Amino acid sequence: MSQIIVGISDQNTAIPPDSLITYALGSCVGICLYDSANRVAGLSHILLPEAFRDSTEADNFKFADRAIEVLVGSMEKLGCLRYRLTAKIAGGANMFATSGISIGDRNVETVKSELERLRIKLVAEDTGADYGRTVVFDPQNGLMTVKSIGRESKVF
Amino acid sequence: MKKYDQMSDFEMSVLSEIGNVGAGNAATALSHILADRVDMSVPDLRILDVSKMTTLLGGPENEVVGILVNMDKDVRGMMLFLLERRFVCKLIEVLLDEKINDFSEISDMGRSAIMEIGNILAGSYVNAIATMTNLNIELTTPQIAIDMVGAILSYPAAQFGSMGDKLLLIEEDFISSEDTIRSHLLIMPELDSLQTMLESLGVA
Repeated sequence: MSQIIVGISDQNTAIPPDSLITYALGSCVGICLYDSANRVAGLSHILLPEAFRDSTEADNFKFADRAIEVLVGSMEKLGCLRYRLTAKIAGGANMFATSGISIGDRNVETVKSELERLRIKLVAEDTGADYGRTVVFDPQNGLMTVKSIGRESKVF
Repeated sequence: MKKYDQMSDFEMSVLSEIGNVGAGNAATALSHILADRVDMSVPDLRILDVSKMTTLLGGPENEVVGILVNMDKDVRGMMLFLLERRFVCKLIEVLLDEKINDFSEISDMGRSAIMEIGNILAGSYVNAIATMTNLNIELTTPQIAIDMVGAILSYPAAQFGSMGDKLLLIEEDFISSEDTIRSHLLIMPELDSLQTMLESLGVA
Protein backbone atom coordinates (compact mmCIF):
# COMPACT_ATOMS: atom_id res chain seq x y z
CA MET A 1 0.00 0.00 0.00
CA SER A 2 1.46 3.32 -0.97
CA GLN A 3 0.52 6.94 -1.00
CA ILE A 4 0.70 8.44 -4.46
CA ILE A 5 1.85 12.05 -4.33
CA VAL A 6 0.09 14.52 -6.59
CA GLY A 7 2.15 17.70 -7.11
CA ILE A 8 1.06 21.17 -8.09
CA SER A 9 -0.54 21.26 -11.54
CA ASP A 10 -0.57 17.49 -11.49
CA GLN A 11 -3.10 14.64 -11.23
CA ASN A 12 -3.29 10.90 -10.76
CA THR A 13 -5.59 7.96 -10.10
CA ALA A 14 -5.48 5.16 -7.53
CA ILE A 15 -7.21 1.94 -6.55
CA PRO A 16 -7.08 0.25 -3.13
CA PRO A 17 -4.88 -0.32 -1.22
CA ASP A 18 -3.10 2.76 -2.58
CA SER A 19 -4.29 6.26 -1.81
CA LEU A 20 -3.67 9.76 -3.13
CA ILE A 21 -2.19 12.75 -1.34
CA THR A 22 -1.58 16.35 -2.32
CA TYR A 23 0.30 18.72 -0.02
CA ALA A 24 -0.29 22.28 1.05
CA LEU A 25 -3.12 23.57 -1.11
CA GLY A 26 -3.27 27.34 -0.76
CA SER A 27 -5.31 29.15 -3.38
CA CYS A 28 -5.05 25.95 -5.45
CA VAL A 29 -7.95 23.49 -5.42
CA GLY A 30 -7.77 19.73 -4.99
CA ILE A 31 -10.53 17.88 -6.83
CA CYS A 32 -11.23 14.33 -5.67
CA LEU A 33 -13.33 12.24 -8.07
CA TYR A 34 -14.65 8.84 -7.07
CA ASP A 35 -16.45 5.92 -8.65
CA SER A 36 -17.74 3.88 -5.72
CA ALA A 37 -18.75 0.92 -7.91
CA ASN A 38 -15.19 0.04 -8.91
CA ARG A 39 -13.39 1.99 -6.19
CA VAL A 40 -11.31 4.13 -8.48
CA ALA A 41 -10.19 7.49 -7.14
CA GLY A 42 -8.75 10.45 -9.01
CA LEU A 43 -7.12 13.58 -7.60
CA SER A 44 -6.29 16.76 -9.49
CA HIS A 45 -4.38 19.76 -8.04
CA ILE A 46 -5.12 22.84 -10.12
CA LEU A 47 -3.34 26.19 -9.82
CA LEU A 48 -5.48 28.50 -11.93
CA PRO A 49 -9.09 28.70 -13.13
CA GLU A 50 -8.71 29.13 -16.86
CA ALA A 51 -6.09 28.35 -19.47
CA PHE A 52 -4.44 31.23 -21.29
CA ARG A 53 -4.69 31.65 -25.03
CA ASP A 54 -1.14 30.39 -25.51
CA SER A 55 -1.28 27.52 -22.99
CA THR A 56 -0.16 24.26 -24.53
CA GLU A 57 -1.50 20.77 -23.87
CA ALA A 58 1.48 20.18 -21.60
CA ASP A 59 -0.17 22.63 -19.19
CA ASN A 60 -3.52 20.82 -19.10
CA PHE A 61 -3.20 19.77 -15.44
CA LYS A 62 -2.67 23.36 -14.35
CA PHE A 63 -6.09 24.77 -15.18
CA ALA A 64 -9.51 23.90 -13.78
CA ASP A 65 -11.17 24.31 -17.17
CA ARG A 66 -8.95 21.56 -18.65
CA ALA A 67 -7.68 19.35 -15.83
CA ILE A 68 -10.99 17.96 -14.57
CA GLU A 69 -12.07 16.78 -18.00
CA VAL A 70 -8.70 15.11 -18.55
CA LEU A 71 -8.97 13.36 -15.17
CA VAL A 72 -12.47 12.12 -16.04
CA GLY A 73 -11.02 10.72 -19.27
CA SER A 74 -8.26 8.84 -17.39
CA MET A 75 -10.83 7.41 -14.99
CA GLU A 76 -13.10 6.31 -17.82
CA LYS A 77 -10.14 4.41 -19.25
CA LEU A 78 -9.98 2.55 -15.92
CA GLY A 79 -13.62 1.49 -16.31
CA CYS A 80 -15.31 4.34 -14.45
CA LEU A 81 -18.65 5.60 -15.70
CA ARG A 82 -19.07 9.33 -15.75
CA TYR A 83 -22.59 9.33 -14.32
CA ARG A 84 -21.35 7.38 -11.30
CA LEU A 85 -18.60 9.88 -10.46
CA THR A 86 -18.92 12.10 -7.41
CA ALA A 87 -16.67 14.99 -6.45
CA LYS A 88 -15.21 16.35 -3.22
CA ILE A 89 -13.11 19.50 -3.33
CA ALA A 90 -10.78 21.35 -0.93
CA GLY A 91 -8.56 24.43 -1.06
CA GLY A 92 -9.19 27.79 -2.72
CA ALA A 93 -7.96 29.74 0.29
CA ASN A 94 -6.99 33.40 0.26
CA MET A 95 -3.57 33.16 1.91
CA PHE A 96 -2.98 36.92 2.09
CA ALA A 97 -5.66 39.45 2.93
CA THR A 98 -5.75 40.97 -0.54
CA SER A 99 -8.65 43.02 -1.76
CA GLY A 100 -10.90 42.12 -4.67
CA ILE A 101 -11.86 38.65 -5.85
CA SER A 102 -9.14 36.26 -4.79
CA ILE A 103 -7.61 33.67 -7.08
CA GLY A 104 -8.82 31.05 -4.58
CA ASP A 105 -12.45 32.12 -5.00
CA ARG A 106 -12.11 32.12 -8.77
CA ASN A 107 -10.56 28.66 -8.69
CA VAL A 108 -13.43 27.26 -6.60
CA GLU A 109 -16.03 28.93 -8.81
CA THR A 110 -14.51 27.56 -12.00
CA VAL A 111 -14.10 24.06 -10.54
CA LYS A 112 -17.79 24.05 -9.61
CA SER A 113 -19.00 25.22 -13.00
CA GLU A 114 -16.71 22.69 -14.67
CA LEU A 115 -18.14 19.87 -12.52
CA GLU A 116 -21.61 21.05 -13.46
CA ARG A 117 -20.74 21.11 -17.15
CA LEU A 118 -19.39 17.55 -16.88
CA ARG A 119 -22.51 16.54 -14.88
CA ILE A 120 -20.52 15.38 -11.87
CA LYS A 121 -22.21 15.78 -8.52
CA LEU A 122 -20.33 17.77 -5.86
CA VAL A 123 -20.94 15.97 -2.56
CA ALA A 124 -18.54 17.75 -0.18
CA GLU A 125 -16.32 20.79 -0.03
CA ASP A 126 -13.90 22.44 2.36
CA THR A 127 -12.94 25.65 0.61
CA GLY A 128 -12.07 29.30 1.20
CA ALA A 129 -10.77 30.89 4.42
CA ASP A 130 -7.09 31.78 4.80
CA TYR A 131 -5.17 28.61 5.62
CA GLY A 132 -3.37 25.84 3.76
CA ARG A 133 -4.73 22.31 3.42
CA THR A 134 -3.20 18.90 2.75
CA VAL A 135 -5.63 16.42 1.22
CA VAL A 136 -5.60 12.62 1.40
CA PHE A 137 -8.10 10.71 -0.72
CA ASP A 138 -8.72 7.02 -0.06
CA PRO A 139 -10.28 4.89 -2.83
CA GLN A 140 -11.16 2.18 -0.28
CA ASN A 141 -14.04 4.28 1.07
CA GLY A 142 -14.00 7.50 -1.00
CA LEU A 143 -13.18 9.59 2.07
CA MET A 144 -11.30 12.86 1.73
CA THR A 145 -9.24 13.86 4.78
CA VAL A 146 -8.17 17.50 5.11
CA LYS A 147 -5.25 18.45 7.37
CA SER A 148 -4.20 21.96 8.31
CA ILE A 149 -1.72 23.44 10.78
CA GLY A 150 -3.20 24.02 14.23
CA ARG A 151 -6.59 22.53 13.33
CA GLU A 152 -8.27 19.16 13.77
CA SER A 153 -8.22 16.94 10.69
CA LYS A 154 -11.57 16.87 8.94
CA VAL A 155 -13.01 13.88 7.09
CA PHE A 156 -15.50 14.34 4.27
CA MET B 1 9.39 40.25 -23.56
CA LYS B 2 11.60 37.96 -21.57
CA LYS B 3 10.42 35.38 -19.11
CA TYR B 4 12.49 34.76 -16.01
CA ASP B 5 14.02 31.61 -17.43
CA GLN B 6 15.01 33.34 -20.66
CA MET B 7 17.44 35.76 -19.05
CA SER B 8 21.11 35.67 -20.02
CA ASP B 9 23.84 34.96 -17.49
CA PHE B 10 24.81 38.61 -17.64
CA GLU B 11 21.28 39.79 -16.88
CA MET B 12 21.13 37.30 -14.05
CA SER B 13 24.37 38.65 -12.62
CA VAL B 14 22.94 42.16 -12.72
CA LEU B 15 19.90 41.00 -10.76
CA SER B 16 22.25 39.23 -8.36
CA GLU B 17 24.05 42.49 -7.80
CA ILE B 18 20.75 44.20 -7.01
CA GLY B 19 20.12 41.38 -4.54
CA ASN B 20 23.57 41.91 -3.11
CA VAL B 21 23.14 45.62 -2.49
CA GLY B 22 19.61 45.06 -1.18
CA ALA B 23 20.83 42.41 1.21
CA GLY B 24 23.61 44.72 2.38
CA ASN B 25 21.02 47.38 3.20
CA ALA B 26 18.85 44.76 4.87
CA ALA B 27 21.74 43.47 6.99
CA THR B 28 22.49 47.02 8.16
CA ALA B 29 18.83 47.55 9.04
CA LEU B 30 18.74 44.24 10.91
CA SER B 31 21.90 45.16 12.82
CA HIS B 32 20.14 48.25 14.12
CA ILE B 33 17.02 46.35 15.07
CA LEU B 34 18.82 43.47 16.72
CA ALA B 35 21.48 45.72 18.24
CA ASP B 36 24.01 43.20 17.04
CA ARG B 37 26.43 43.03 14.17
CA VAL B 38 24.78 41.31 11.26
CA ASP B 39 26.80 40.20 8.25
CA MET B 40 25.52 38.47 5.22
CA SER B 41 26.64 35.89 2.74
CA VAL B 42 26.76 36.53 -0.98
CA PRO B 43 23.20 36.04 -2.13
CA ASP B 44 22.35 33.10 -4.27
CA LEU B 45 19.97 33.95 -7.07
CA ARG B 46 17.93 31.07 -8.37
CA ILE B 47 15.22 30.61 -10.90
CA LEU B 48 13.11 27.63 -9.95
CA ASP B 49 9.68 26.17 -10.44
CA VAL B 50 7.39 26.08 -7.44
CA SER B 51 7.88 22.39 -6.61
CA LYS B 52 11.68 22.72 -6.54
CA MET B 53 11.42 25.86 -4.47
CA THR B 54 9.13 24.10 -2.01
CA THR B 55 11.67 21.29 -1.63
CA LEU B 56 14.43 23.83 -1.05
CA LEU B 57 12.34 25.45 1.66
CA GLY B 58 11.93 22.28 3.69
CA GLY B 59 9.06 20.54 1.91
CA PRO B 60 5.51 21.69 1.21
CA GLU B 61 4.24 21.31 4.77
CA ASN B 62 7.11 23.16 6.45
CA GLU B 63 5.62 25.99 8.48
CA VAL B 64 7.01 29.44 7.70
CA VAL B 65 6.10 33.08 8.02
CA GLY B 66 5.42 34.74 4.67
CA ILE B 67 5.46 38.51 4.39
CA LEU B 68 4.04 39.85 1.16
CA VAL B 69 4.73 43.35 -0.13
CA ASN B 70 3.58 44.63 -3.50
CA MET B 71 5.64 47.02 -5.62
CA ASP B 72 3.95 49.73 -7.63
CA LYS B 73 4.74 52.71 -9.94
CA ASP B 74 7.74 52.24 -12.29
CA VAL B 75 8.29 48.67 -11.16
CA ARG B 76 5.25 46.51 -10.48
CA GLY B 77 5.35 43.11 -8.89
CA MET B 78 5.73 41.50 -5.50
CA MET B 79 8.26 40.65 -2.87
CA LEU B 80 7.69 37.73 -0.58
CA PHE B 81 9.93 37.12 2.40
CA LEU B 82 9.89 33.63 3.85
CA LEU B 83 11.14 33.47 7.40
CA GLU B 84 11.92 30.29 9.24
CA ARG B 85 10.95 29.55 12.80
CA ARG B 86 14.33 30.29 14.33
CA PHE B 87 14.55 33.69 12.66
CA VAL B 88 11.05 34.66 13.76
CA CYS B 89 11.54 33.45 17.34
CA LYS B 90 14.77 35.40 17.59
CA LEU B 91 13.22 38.58 16.20
CA ILE B 92 10.33 38.39 18.63
CA GLU B 93 12.64 37.70 21.53
CA VAL B 94 14.81 40.72 20.74
CA LEU B 95 12.02 43.08 19.79
CA LEU B 96 9.37 42.22 22.34
CA ASP B 97 11.31 40.34 24.97
CA GLU B 98 8.94 37.39 24.55
CA LYS B 99 10.35 33.89 24.44
CA ILE B 100 8.45 31.70 22.01
CA ASN B 101 9.23 28.35 20.47
CA ASP B 102 6.34 27.93 18.14
CA PHE B 103 4.44 29.99 15.61
CA SER B 104 1.18 29.31 17.42
CA GLU B 105 2.48 31.39 20.33
CA ILE B 106 2.88 34.54 18.25
CA SER B 107 0.79 37.35 19.74
CA ASP B 108 -0.87 40.18 17.82
CA MET B 109 2.04 42.37 18.88
CA GLY B 110 4.36 39.74 17.47
CA ARG B 111 2.50 39.79 14.17
CA SER B 112 2.81 43.56 13.88
CA ALA B 113 6.48 43.36 14.79
CA ILE B 114 7.06 40.79 12.04
CA MET B 115 5.16 42.95 9.58
CA GLU B 116 7.34 45.90 10.51
CA ILE B 117 10.44 43.79 9.88
CA GLY B 118 8.97 42.90 6.49
CA ASN B 119 8.51 46.59 5.80
CA ILE B 120 12.10 47.35 6.69
CA LEU B 121 13.55 44.44 4.71
CA ALA B 122 11.41 45.25 1.66
CA GLY B 123 12.43 48.90 1.92
CA SER B 124 16.09 47.88 1.97
CA TYR B 125 15.77 45.97 -1.28
CA VAL B 126 13.59 48.52 -3.00
CA ASN B 127 16.02 51.31 -2.12
CA ALA B 128 18.78 49.26 -3.70
CA ILE B 129 16.79 48.80 -6.90
CA ALA B 130 15.66 52.44 -6.95
CA THR B 131 19.17 53.77 -6.41
CA MET B 132 20.72 51.59 -9.09
CA THR B 133 18.00 52.13 -11.68
CA ASN B 134 16.73 55.64 -10.89
CA LEU B 135 13.23 54.22 -10.95
CA ASN B 136 10.41 55.22 -8.67
CA ILE B 137 9.02 52.28 -6.71
CA GLU B 138 6.31 52.37 -4.06
CA LEU B 139 5.54 49.63 -1.57
CA THR B 140 2.16 48.60 -0.23
CA THR B 141 1.53 47.71 3.41
CA PRO B 142 2.87 44.23 4.14
CA GLN B 143 0.55 41.28 4.61
CA ILE B 144 1.45 38.27 6.66
CA ALA B 145 0.60 34.57 6.46
CA ILE B 146 1.84 31.90 8.86
CA ASP B 147 1.27 28.55 7.22
CA MET B 148 2.66 25.70 5.12
CA VAL B 149 5.25 27.03 2.69
CA GLY B 150 3.58 25.21 -0.21
CA ALA B 151 0.30 27.00 0.46
CA ILE B 152 2.03 30.37 0.77
CA LEU B 153 3.91 29.84 -2.50
CA SER B 154 0.65 29.14 -4.32
CA TYR B 155 0.04 32.88 -4.15
CA PRO B 156 3.01 34.01 -6.29
CA ALA B 157 2.65 30.86 -8.41
CA ALA B 158 -0.93 31.79 -9.28
CA GLN B 159 -0.26 35.52 -9.68
CA PHE B 160 2.59 34.84 -12.07
CA GLY B 161 1.12 31.73 -13.66
CA SER B 162 0.71 33.54 -16.97
CA MET B 163 4.48 34.09 -17.08
CA GLY B 164 5.44 30.44 -16.87
CA ASP B 165 6.21 28.21 -13.94
CA LYS B 166 9.40 29.81 -12.76
CA LEU B 167 9.89 32.04 -9.73
CA LEU B 168 12.89 34.18 -8.89
CA LEU B 169 14.39 33.43 -5.48
CA ILE B 170 17.17 35.17 -3.60
CA GLU B 171 18.64 33.09 -0.83
CA GLU B 172 21.13 34.40 1.67
CA ASP B 173 22.41 33.97 5.15
CA PHE B 174 22.36 36.68 7.77
CA ILE B 175 25.18 36.00 10.16
CA SER B 176 25.02 37.50 13.65
CA SER B 177 27.43 36.98 16.54
CA GLU B 178 25.39 34.04 17.82
CA ASP B 179 24.22 32.19 14.79
CA THR B 180 23.44 32.12 11.13
CA ILE B 181 19.93 32.62 9.90
CA ARG B 182 19.02 31.83 6.36
CA SER B 183 16.49 34.08 4.73
CA HIS B 184 14.59 33.62 1.53
CA LEU B 185 13.16 36.33 -0.61
CA LEU B 186 11.14 36.01 -3.74
CA ILE B 187 11.35 39.06 -5.95
CA MET B 188 8.84 38.89 -8.74
CA PRO B 189 8.76 41.93 -10.99
CA GLU B 190 6.15 41.73 -13.72
CA LEU B 191 7.77 40.96 -17.05
CA ASP B 192 7.50 44.49 -18.46
CA SER B 193 8.91 45.83 -15.18
CA LEU B 194 11.80 43.40 -15.39
CA GLN B 195 12.46 44.78 -18.86
CA THR B 196 12.27 48.35 -17.51
CA MET B 197 14.75 47.47 -14.76
CA LEU B 198 17.22 45.84 -17.13
CA GLU B 199 16.92 48.75 -19.57
CA SER B 200 17.52 51.30 -16.80
CA LEU B 201 20.66 49.42 -15.94
CA GLY B 202 21.69 49.48 -19.58
CA VAL B 203 21.81 45.72 -20.00
CA ALA B 204 18.67 44.87 -21.94
